[in-house]
Amino acid sequence: MARVALVSGGTRGIGGAIAQSLHGNGYKVAAVYARDDEAAEGFHKETGIAVYKWDVGDFVQCQAGIAQVVSDLGPVEILVNNAGITRDATLHRMAHEQWQAVLDTNLGSCFNMCRCVIDTMRDGGFGRIVNIGSINGQAGQYGQVNYAAAKSGIHGFTKALAQEGAKPGITVNAVAPGYVDTDMVRAVPEPVLEKIVASIPVGRLGRASDIARTVLFLVADDADFITGSTISVNGGHHMY
Amino acid sequence: MSRLALVTGGTRGIGAGIARALKDAGYNVVVNYHSDDAVADSFAAESGLAVFKWDVGDFDACRAGIEEVRTAHGPVDILINNAGTVADARFENMDEAQWHRVIRVNLDSVFNMSQQVYGDMMAAKWGRIVNIGSMNGQAGQMNQVNYVAAKAGMHGFTKALAQEGAKHGITVNTVAPGYVDTYLMREMPERILNKIVDKSPIHRLGTEDEVGHAVLYLVDEKAAWTTGATLTVNGGTHMY
Repeated sequence: MARVALVSGGTRGIGGAIAQSLHGNGYKVAAVYARDDEAAEGFHKETGIAVYKWDVGDFVQCQAGIAQVVSDLGPVEILVNNAGITRDATLHRMAHEQWQAVLDTNLGSCFNMCRCVIDTMRDGGFGRIVNIGSINGQAGQYGQVNYAAAKSGIHGFTKALAQEGAKPGITVNAVAPGYVDTDMVRAVPEPVLEKIVASIPVGRLGRASDIARTVLFLVADDADFITGSTISVNGGHHMY
Repeated sequence: MSRLALVTGGTRGIGAGIARALKDAGYNVVVNYHSDDAVADSFAAESGLAVFKWDVGDFDACRAGIEEVRTAHGPVDILINNAGTVADARFENMDEAQWHRVIRVNLDSVFNMSQQVYGDMMAAKWGRIVNIGSMNGQAGQMNQVNYVAAKAGMHGFTKALAQEGAKHGITVNTVAPGYVDTYLMREMPERILNKIVDKSPIHRLGTEDEVGHAVLYLVDEKAAWTTGATLTVNGGTHMY
């Protein structure tokens, strides 16, 4: 029986690549999205992957959404918390709403989504949770106290839940991508982007597929001894 | 003129140790607290320090509180984000309220407080922000997914704001204490306490003064080149 995998923010960018890669490797995949119906419909048509719309920053919506996925596809055994947003501003210009939106969507969502699947993972004696962190959560970034706090919070979340999940067969890991060629990065002004690429030892932006193959590695049945770990996939951009 | 330092959650435990250390080193110190009036009154009487009551998890309360401090004592030069709370539970038993309370008091507070003092620091071209993180934020801990996520998030916040503050003469650092002998530890069963002590190569709990000492080091005039750093003060319990 193919395992059921759920990818949040899974209809485009890194999440879209993760969902497709899981789908291509025989997993039953559900992709969750929040806003862009058109992109989601296009993604569904092109890939055949089931798409679901809800706000992962909202606990009640997560409860209802996961229940729907479970009734359609079966219990979620693999959860990839990928959904994320940015609301960049330097601290003295950052509105409280910009802080809250990023914390809710990027970090609160990890609690919301994991909490809604943890019971069935425990009952099943198997679970794979992969949280998509960020190089900027590891290294910090100008104009992103909200994003860096949320993403490094994810790395802490990962280590704590990994300790709890170890006994019932649930691994919890983080992947920390560097700059990947997606819509989010393409929104960066060209001269800034050139500087970024120049500071990446591998000499290029990451591809969404670079991240997807790392997720695939972590969710495999025989990756059961890897837990609480953070894999950096950043072209050597930040090493520590 | 002595610099003005504000310590949140500063009337007991580690915060009180920090406030005392700063006072003894000649800083003007004001202390924020939220819950226990009796403890705050006796701390104020004993230390001679001014205490202010507000909830650091509440953005508007921080704005009003800092305004009050500014009126009475002038702009804050040194901010120690120490206030914290726990709401421990195994993840499968953790409810949304426990998650939100800990994120709000331990992590949102860092945004709320830093944002209120940052403008004055920019204007003065000098500032010191020290965030009190935790060894558990670095290493993860069972029953503390909320606390670990918040504390790890604080470490990310530190690195992002350090990048922004650099050109304004503002340093932002984290102190990550291990298990310190405070009123909280005295509530812990002896069996567990012994296990904790055994994990430290130094074989004892830390003291409140030892954390105060680390903070003193970071807020010093001469510490201007130390920013974005995490100083672990944990008796060697977790090294990485």
